[in-house]
Amino acid sequence: MSDPMRIRAQAQGDKTTVRVLVGHEMESGQRKDAAGKVVPAWFIQEISATWNGKTVMSAQWGTAVSKNPFMQFSFKGGKAGDKIVVSWTDNRGDKRSDEAVVT
Amino acid sequence: MVSLFSKWSLRALLALAVCAFGSTAQAQKTTAEGIAEYRAMLADGNPAELYEAKGEGLWKQARGPKNASLEKCDLGKGPGTVKGAFVELPRFFADTQRVQDLESRLLTCMEQLQGFNAADIAKTRFGEGEQKNIESLVAYISGASAGMKFNVPQTHAQEKLMYEVGRKVFYIRGGPMDFSCASCHSEDNKRIRLQDLPNLTKQPGASTGFGSWPAYRVSAGDLWSMQRRLNDCYRQQRFPYPGYASDVTIALGMYMGVNSQGGVSTAPALKR
Repeated sequence: MSDPMRIRAQAQGDKTTVRVLVGHEMESGQRKDAAGKVVPAWFIQEISATWNGKTVMSAQWGTAVSKNPFMQFSFKGGKAGDKIVVSWTDNRGDKRSDEAVVT
Repeated sequence: MVSLFSKWSLRALLALAVCAFGSTAQAQKTTAEGIAEYRAMLADGNPAELYEAKGEGLWKQARGPKNASLEKCDLGKGPGTVKGAFVELPRFFADTQRVQDLESRLLTCMEQLQGFNAADIAKTRFGEGEQKNIESLVAYISGASAGMKFNVPQTHAQEKLMYEVGRKVFYIRGGPMDFSCASCHSEDNKRIRLQDLPNLTKQPGASTGFGSWPAYRVSAGDLWSMQRRLNDCYRQQRFPYPGYASDVTIALGMYMGVNSQGGVSTAPALKR
């Protein structure tokens, strides 16, 4: 079971800034374990965010993104009380969605 | 616009930082300022928060052979009280008749309440099995006291004794490099590579150092507890590893904790 994301969304003027801390191993597939065997790659492939159901950000990630990555983005519009949902899918097919309310 | 800290952008940042400090002609920023700036950029998304959230869940979850939670665990401020406990540890506990730090106390609670075998957990490698869960628990417990001032007790005779033992251990020189804790941590303005070394013998250095662990280490990609920090200090000194939650580590915790009196706890902090 994956760990929950920490999402903070703040509206200021005509834009909303969203900061997301994602808990994921983001294993690059380049490392070897103590026994010398390659640790299989395990990373988030797709991540997206919606604002009241409308997609405002989507990205494709690869193995160069760090463990427990931090992501920040902003979009035009948004006001206190709006709902932000961030979802990801990793290369094992695991999915996770977390939501936050704009402040 | 999407911005994210990837491994590459971090490396680029570091490379830039190193270049900047390499040229003495420009020298606009001290090394410490540069590192503080780097930490500030990362602090917004300190992954220690993920461990705190996980630790809170673990604290409340019924686990172990006895299928019980840790909510009745007494960390020194009464069963179940987490807030403020961290800044008053290590301390003497009447039920175990010994001075305990956060992690040795957690082992007691995990054994008595949840039925785990504390000796087995102490032997487990860092980052594996129940040790992995302890990382999250210490993040949660220390986080509940973030911003509070250290007030490690010195009332019981055992607590005073532990402080004296800790002070002695701090100054013991040995190992192939003839090192002691004091070799690096008893003078102001020392550093190792680019890292400032806090003077742990007095304020403000003591709480700067002691009060920032547990911490998330970006280079390790893991949350390190105080026990793991001390373990690695001994590795760097080429001493034999101290036993997990052993009295010598608790004594050092007591020494640093009492020296931190009045300083603010920032744990769980963020390290390079």
